[in-house]
Amino acid sequence: MMFIRYAVWRFLTMLLTLAVVSVLVFIIINLPPGDYLSNQIAELRATGQAEGVAKAEFLRKEYALDRPLWQQYLIWVGMIPGPQGFSGLIQGDFGWSFEFDAPVADIVGDALWLTVLVNLAAVLFVYLVALPLGVLAAWKSATWVDYTTAFVGYLGLATPNFLLALILFYYGHKYLGLPIGGLMSPEFEGEPMSLAKVQSILIHLIVPTFVIGTSGAAGMMQRLRANMLDELSKPYVETGKAKGLSSTRLLTKYPLRMAFNPFVADIGNLLPAMVSGSVLVSVVLGLQTIGPALLTALKSQDQFLAAFVLMFVALLTLIGTMISDLLLVLLDPRIRYGAREG
Amino acid sequence: MSNLPDGRFIDDAPYDPNVDLSAIDRTDMDAPNWLLVWRKFRRHRLGLISGLFLLLAYMAIPFAGFLSPYTPNERSADYLYHPPQAIKFWHEGDYIGPFVYPTEAVADLENYRWTYTTDETRPMPLQFFCKRTRYNLFGVIPTERHLFCAPEGATVFIFGSDRLGRDVFSRISYGAQLSLTVGLIGITVSFILGIGFGAIAGYFGGWVDWVVNRAIEILRSLPELPLWLALSAAVPSNWGPVSVFFIISIILGLLDWPGLARAVRSKFLSLREEEYVRAAEMMGAKPGRVIRRHLLPNFMSHLIASATLSIPAMILGETALSFLGLGLRAPAVSWGVMLNDAQNLASIEIYPWTAIPMLPIIIVVLAFNFLGDGLRDSLDPYTS
Repeated sequence: MMFIRYAVWRFLTMLLTLAVVSVLVFIIINLPPGDYLSNQIAELRATGQAEGVAKAEFLRKEYALDRPLWQQYLIWVGMIPGPQGFSGLIQGDFGWSFEFDAPVADIVGDALWLTVLVNLAAVLFVYLVALPLGVLAAWKSATWVDYTTAFVGYLGLATPNFLLALILFYYGHKYLGLPIGGLMSPEFEGEPMSLAKVQSILIHLIVPTFVIGTSGAAGMMQRLRANMLDELSKPYVETGKAKGLSSTRLLTKYPLRMAFNPFVADIGNLLPAMVSGSVLVSVVLGLQTIGPALLTALKSQDQFLAAFVLMFVALLTLIGTMISDLLLVLLDPRIRYGAREG
Repeated sequence: MSNLPDGRFIDDAPYDPNVDLSAIDRTDMDAPNWLLVWRKFRRHRLGLISGLFLLLAYMAIPFAGFLSPYTPNERSADYLYHPPQAIKFWHEGDYIGPFVYPTEAVADLENYRWTYTTDETRPMPLQFFCKRTRYNLFGVIPTERHLFCAPEGATVFIFGSDRLGRDVFSRISYGAQLSLTVGLIGITVSFILGIGFGAIAGYFGGWVDWVVNRAIEILRSLPELPLWLALSAAVPSNWGPVSVFFIISIILGLLDWPGLARAVRSKFLSLREEEYVRAAEMMGAKPGRVIRRHLLPNFMSHLIASATLSIPAMILGETALSFLGLGLRAPAVSWGVMLNDAQNLASIEIYPWTAIPMLPIIIVVLAFNFLGDGLRDSLDPYTS
C-alpha cells in the first residue's frame, strides 16, 4: 500500500516537472527572433512571390503564431482553445511541421520507437559491461585487470562520441562486415515487423549501442569500483574470509548487494547522458531516430517539431528516472517513502 | 634508550622540566595546508604530469602564432589534402639538421584525387625564426616571425593539409586557443551560478531551498546536448566569431551548475550549524559575509577539484556542437570546427589525417581527468 501511494506521488511529481519543462522548452524554442513562417514571408516578399505570402499569412493565423507568446504556449499545450479549438499536446495533437509540410506526428512516427529502442539497448549495454568489469576491477584492484579496465574506461570517457562512432563504423565494416548507416537495411523500411527485419535492426544496433554506451559504462564502472572498494575494506568481509567463505560467494552475497544501490540510483544520471549521446550519434550515423529531426528542426526554426522532440526527449529521461526511483524503493528497505522531513 | 631490569624502557636524554609540551614532534605536519596538499599531490604521478602538461598547453596559447609555421586560414592551393610530412635529420647517412623533402602534386585521374610524389634527392633544411605570413603575437603585436617554417619551394605539413590546403598542425595550435578557453569561461559561469544558488539554498533553507532544489532536479534530469543544441541554434547567425565564442561558452556553463550547486548546498546545510557560524552571526555579520568569509573557504579547494573534473565535459560539448555545425563557425578555428571536415567516412578512409584533431581533444580531456582525480585525492592531507 505504502509503495502504491509513493508511486502515485512520484508520478504526480513527474507530471509537474514535465509541465515546468514544457515552459522551459517553449521559451528556448522561441528565443531566436521571428519564427519559421515570418522568416519565410520575409523571404517570399524579397523574391516577390505574393501568393506564397498569402498562404504563409494564413498558416500564421491557423497556428496562432500572431498571438502573444503566453497564449501561443497555452494553445500549444492545449489549455485554451486555438483556431481549431482545443488541440494541443494534452489532446495528443503535436502540431504541424512547416519544414516538412506534414503533421509532426507523421514525421516522428517510427522514429520515437527506434529512439526508445536505441536508448534501451544502450542502457542494457552499460549495465552488462559495467557490472562485471567494475566488480572485477575492485576485486582484483591494483593488478593488470584493474589497470587495463581503468585505462579503457578513461579512453572511453575522453573520446568524443561522434568520432568513436565514425571509427568503429569504419573498422566494423572493414573487418567484421557490419552494415554502415541506418538502423535497418533499406528494403525493410516501412515494412511490417518480421523476423528478418528484427534481425536486420539488431545487427545495425551493434555499433550505435557500443558507441552510445561506452562513456556511460566507463563512468559507471569507476563508481561501482569505488563503491566496491569501500565495501571490501569493511570488517565483515574479513570475517567472512576468516570463516572460510569462497571468494565468489563472499563477493556476491554481501558487498555486491551493498554496492548495488548507487548502481540503480545512477540511472537518473545515466539516462540524460545516454539520450544526449544518442542524439549526437544518430546524426553522425544517420540513424532514423529523432536526433536528425531535431537538428534540422532547430536549424530551420521549425518550432513545433523541435519543441515536440525536446519534450519527448525530456519525457524519456523523466520516465527513466522515475522507474529508477521506484526500483530503488523496492530494492532497499532502508529508503523511506515520500519526502524527507527536516 | 636503556632497558631497565624489570623490562621497562627509559629515554636516556636528560629530563628538562622547562620543555614546551605544545611543541610538535614532527614539524613537517605543522606546515601550511597548501604545502601538505602539494606534498601529497606530488606523489600522484599521473596527476602531476597531467597538471604540468596542461600548464604548458595553456601557457603556449598566446604563442600559437609563433609556434606554427602557417596562419590558420592560409591556403596553399597547390597542396590540397597533402599527407603528413616527416621532418628528417639524416640524408643518405649524413646528419644535416632538420629538413624536409620537397613534394609535388600529381593528378590521379583514375581516382580523381591528388597524390604527392616526394623528391628524395634534394633535402631542404627548415628555416628558423623566419619571416612569413603576418599575424598578431598575443593578439596585439603584429609580427612576421615564426619559430620554424618551410624553405622556399617546399612545404612543412607535419600533420598534413586539409581540403583547402591549410596546414592541420597550425590549425590545431590556433584551435587550442578557443577549444581550451571555452572550458575555462564555461566553468567560471557555472561556478558563479552554482556557488550562488547553492549557497543561498543551503544557508537560508526554507522555501528558497525548495525552489532551488526543484530547479536543480529539473535541470539535472534533462539531457544536456539537445538543450545545448536548442540554445546555440538561437544564436543569431550574423554575430561575429568572438561573440559567438563567448555565448557558446556561456551556454555550456549555463547547464553545468546544478551539480556544483547541489554539492555546495549539502555542505552549507551541515556547516551552517557550526558554532563559528553562530558566533559570526551573533557579532552581527551579514549573511553575505558569513557565506564568503566563513563558509566558502572551508571547501573551496574541493570545489576547484570538482570544477577541474567538469571542464572536459565542456570541451567535449564545444567539439560536439561545432561538429554538428551549431557551435563555432567557419572563420573561427577550433578542434570541433576542424573535425567538422572529417564528418564522413570517405574522408576518414582516404584522408585519415583530417581526423588528427581528435588526438589533442582526447589528450586534454584525459589530462583534466587525471589532474582532477589527483587533486581530489590530495586535498585531504590528513587522511592516509
